[in-house]
Amino acid sequence: MITAEQKPLQEIIEYISPYDRILLVGCNECVTVCAAGGRKEVGLLASALHLNCLKQGRTVDIKEITLERQCDPEYVEELVSKIDSADAILSMACGCGVQTIAERYKEKPVFPAVNTKFMGASVSQGIWEERCQGCGNCLLGITGGICPVARCSKHLLNGPCGGTSNSMCEIAPDVNCAWCLIWERLKTLGMEKQYEEIMEAKDWRPAGGGGPRKIVREDLSL
Amino acid sequence: MKTESKLEKVLASGALAVTSEVGPPRGALPEKVRQKASLIKNHVDAINVTDNQTAMVRMSSWAAGVIIKQMGLDPILQMVTRDRNRLAMQSDIIGAYSLGINTMMCLSGDHAKFGDHPMAKGVFDLDSIQLVQTVKKMRDEGKFQGGADIDTPPKMFIGAAANPFADPFELRVMRLAKKIKAGADFIQTQCIFNLDKFERYMEMMCDRGLDEQVHLLAGITPMKSAGMARYMKNKVPGMDVPDDVIKRMAGVSKEEQPEEGIRIAVESIERLKQVKGVHGFHIMAIEWEEKVPQIVEKAGLFPRPVV
Amino acid sequence: MENFEPEIVAFCCHYCAYTAADMAGSKRISYPANVKIIRVPCTGKVDAIHIMKAFEKGADGIYVAGCLEGDCHFKNGNTRAKHRVQKVQMVLKDLGWETERLEMINMSAGMGERFAITALEFTKKIKQLGPSPIKITNTEKHQQAAD
Repeated sequence: MITAEQKPLQEIIEYISPYDRILLVGCNECVTVCAAGGRKEVGLLASALHLNCLKQGRTVDIKEITLERQCDPEYVEELVSKIDSADAILSMACGCGVQTIAERYKEKPVFPAVNTKFMGASVSQGIWEERCQGCGNCLLGITGGICPVARCSKHLLNGPCGGTSNSMCEIAPDVNCAWCLIWERLKTLGMEKQYEEIMEAKDWRPAGGGGPRKIVREDLSL
Repeated sequence: MKTESKLEKVLASGALAVTSEVGPPRGALPEKVRQKASLIKNHVDAINVTDNQTAMVRMSSWAAGVIIKQMGLDPILQMVTRDRNRLAMQSDIIGAYSLGINTMMCLSGDHAKFGDHPMAKGVFDLDSIQLVQTVKKMRDEGKFQGGADIDTPPKMFIGAAANPFADPFELRVMRLAKKIKAGADFIQTQCIFNLDKFERYMEMMCDRGLDEQVHLLAGITPMKSAGMARYMKNKVPGMDVPDDVIKRMAGVSKEEQPEEGIRIAVESIERLKQVKGVHGFHIMAIEWEEKVPQIVEKAGLFPRPVV
Repeated sequence: MENFEPEIVAFCCHYCAYTAADMAGSKRISYPANVKIIRVPCTGKVDAIHIMKAFEKGADGIYVAGCLEGDCHFKNGNTRAKHRVQKVQMVLKDLGWETERLEMINMSAGMGERFAITALEFTKKIKQLGPSPIKITNTEKHQQAAD
């Protein structure tokens, strides 16, 4: 899933300070799972913004709504009845959602309330780690299910480098060396020979090096 | 001979090769490069020029290499994949070769987090092994990495780094094998303090016949003080400094520690001369270049062969 | 401000804090009338939004009183409450409010005295801190209007 973290409150307050009527939009998918922008977080943020405005003696009208997803135009369309009564939109979705809203409601300024972080998975309650960078050419089958692009700090394809210490990456003692993990997994799977194969230089075009990416599925278009 | 490299000639002659390194300055100071190179020029076969070492911006490796070449000496261009994509790297290789540099090392590079620009984007378009492949393809096939022909290809003698001490240990010889398979002609190791472990590594290397496929130069660093020994043990990634080495350094007075450090370095060289597969030494005396001549002489490696 | 009587909200769990309040009552140990008790089955029922809304409605100080750590009737409801209290304290900090206006307190059912003392001390603390920041501005506004 896409992970995100709420922006510092003061930054959000600054974004919306010129406006009196805010439409605060949450998202029921990824940002709900990482507790950054779901229904609950919408309620808390609205309350915090109210407290701030009350302290300043201002009245601000904040309407709260949480869409199923903000990255599909069909769901974003649900805001159409609420748009006219808002001066600005504050979106708690990831960057994909914020942009979909901005594209649909061009006459209203849209502000992000979260910083979108990475594609990751839950490690334990409250902890998520980066797992995928969308390189467009998944090689997990030959690396024992561990991604060197996302989890190696230098995204080496023929790692590890000379900086590993206690199977940890040189950048921090609590970051696993992805290649140590890969090696252990290859051993468990009896695939040690795989390690000896040189992985050729990567074509970074599918990874975004060729420009903003797009998928067109003819079989799905109506 | 694959190249015009003096290092290749020395190694081919069967003599133990000696290399050392010069770290370029953090400013436009060509004279500093000349000074450092002058200190060691008669005692080494070739001089590594580091490339933004520890991710700190310095005069570029090829520029400092050219300055050294103009002194009539033999620079080894170090190139890390952290700072350049494959276009820039191939471009710099052609440029360096055109200015007389014929030996180079292919490295990944310390993570930018360690240096003075932790906010920079690390490139890593290629890793060190893919870079070795690229340089070999340029030299032996006359083709760029992308496949097009090169008009007058650069003939570089290709080196790579090996760290017998990073873990997991079992992987280290396999990684060395990969670098050799990719095309490495010579290897320089991380500095060695744990001689027992290194000898085990060399045994594993020779068992696989790798000593006949590549020339390995053992890395040696003289320690200036017990404090430096402790720092290297605890703060430098991938470094193995046994406790008895630290004890030995700490066992003498502060004034005597530098001499003790040099003594340890010379003893290590003498011991490693006997190890099968060791074809030379790479002496890294960071900010202590003036001691390199003394170490080379005391270890019986002076004068250098004329090839 | 001399005449300031703080409005305190105390979320008390049924099994411990509320029972302790009861005990204080039956033992005739008095505690300030400023403290308005809201009984919850467990402090784990108290969510961050409840605390925030209470501040929005004008509470000058809030505390969440649950069982002693390790003794929660519902295993770890009081731990969840503690984390939520910490989370709201961070929000208060970001808003520039005094985080002391919110506290997590633990006690057992038999601690009638402790309930009363806690109520008294918390009320005193909030009296010293003054009215909630949202009230000051309103008071100033009224003064400006009056002038």
